[in-house]
Amino acid sequence: MTNDDIRKIVLDILADIAPDEDLSDLKDDVAFRDQLELDSMDFLDIVMELRKRYKIQIPEENYPELASMGSTVKYLEPLMKDM
Amino acid sequence: MSYDTIIIGAGMSGLAAGIRLAHYDQRVCILERHNTIGGLNSFYQIGRRKFDVGLHAVTNFVPKGTRRGPMARLLRQLRIRWDEFGLSPQIGSEIAFPDARLKFSNDLELLEAEIATHFPDQSDGFKRLSASIVDYDQLGTSESGRSARDEVARHISDPLLIEMIFCPLLFYGGAREHDMDFHQFCIMFRAIFLEGLARPFDGVRLILKKLLRKFKALGGELRLRAGVQEIASKQGKANTVVLEDGTELTARKILSSAGWHETMNLCDHAEESRLDGGLSFVESISVLNTDPKQFGYDRTIVFYNDSSRFDYRDPQCLVDTRSGVICSPNNFEYDRPLGEGVMRITSLANFEAWKGLDPEAYRLAKLRWYDRTIASAVRFVPDFRSSVVETDMFTPTTIQRFTGHQRGTVYGAPNKRYDGRTHLKNLFICGTDQGFVGIIGALVSGITVANQYMLE
Repeated sequence: MTNDDIRKIVLDILADIAPDEDLSDLKDDVAFRDQLELDSMDFLDIVMELRKRYKIQIPEENYPELASMGSTVKYLEPLMKDM
Repeated sequence: MSYDTIIIGAGMSGLAAGIRLAHYDQRVCILERHNTIGGLNSFYQIGRRKFDVGLHAVTNFVPKGTRRGPMARLLRQLRIRWDEFGLSPQIGSEIAFPDARLKFSNDLELLEAEIATHFPDQSDGFKRLSASIVDYDQLGTSESGRSARDEVARHISDPLLIEMIFCPLLFYGGAREHDMDFHQFCIMFRAIFLEGLARPFDGVRLILKKLLRKFKALGGELRLRAGVQEIASKQGKANTVVLEDGTELTARKILSSAGWHETMNLCDHAEESRLDGGLSFVESISVLNTDPKQFGYDRTIVFYNDSSRFDYRDPQCLVDTRSGVICSPNNFEYDRPLGEGVMRITSLANFEAWKGLDPEAYRLAKLRWYDRTIASAVRFVPDFRSSVVETDMFTPTTIQRFTGHQRGTVYGAPNKRYDGRTHLKNLFICGTDQGFVGIIGALVSGITVANQYMLE
């Protein structure tokens, strides 16, 4: 998968979690917490969806890597590039 | 049958918890004693008329696009779009005492302006109080241990204004007489004054239907007419749920929304747990042949009290008619008229007194106290009695029958269990006795307890 594919996957997950949000102008370098007011319960759901859909296990100490779109794609890149 | 989680009670909190766990691919079963869902927030039908029971309105309502606060949080957690609840905001409400009336709406500025007009020297104090509550952490898991009346008195000195502020908050969420813990006060203040009131055009049942559909679509199982007889445990761990028909079910974890005492009484090896205190209500329902706006009445809710002191206590007689809550479901900002007019009036009532009546006396008492309640209420709203085409009343014993709550309490036990834990390591509680009240509060309770303890 390319980074664009991964970005698209994360966007799909966000669209499910926050169905009222317009994600078309989501900024890659601003934290989800600041842009979408996501809280720790929502981050748990992102982790769960990645596990459910792509069998990716993310250890709890790595959750901070999912802070923004940019950091999430960067973190997932090595895990998903061969998918 | 074996499940990951068994949930006791298909009310708001049980359904919300069920949706969360089903999202996480758990095998979940919700057990409901009655033949319909809803618990405290349900509905019934007489002839062709459908009546909402339970809460008059959704509190904690925020406009579309709001990202903060309990309602926004639960919509994300349940993955429900804002539009799906079909909520229409209130037109406007009022707190009515003999010497002052305060209007309020979903915009805090109206209440601030009303206080500035009627209590000019209290205006700054009220602003300080609301500012201190805006950022209060709702999800805190313990009581503050502080009296809300003491805390409010630090900002507001006029005793009448204090009573007027407490009146709606106690009526819509007070599990204790006279006062509440400051933590609970902050939750209620935010729910009613900082956020606000709304209602779906089709009533609370629309929200219940939506939740149930979601739960089932995720593979969740609901068993109706499945009352729980016992939660059997071994070495500090619940292992079997025995139903009233003898069926035995097992689960890794159990989440009960039945109430604290009610859940304890289901556990084997537990001493009988009796509720001490708690408050119950009657509701007098009048169906009108006209929309209340036709006779000039557009208030959504009126909280009334006929003296300068508001006595929020278990009354000595069947009904305390001195105070009450008048709700007209017609007076929300729907895009079309609701049809028939309805006036629902809630008043404090004594469970033991109602419980002690034989069937004939009970029937007569309902008629008598309906008349007295309405006669009291029309001192504060236009007299609608000539428009009434049908009446009904539900009482503390009705509430007990449909919710299973001891003493017919609406807001549960006076002491809350914010952390949701019990003496058994895999049994947890959610719902009213976990400390959240109201429809949004109940949903948040189910979600937070499920997230905190049930996901692993």
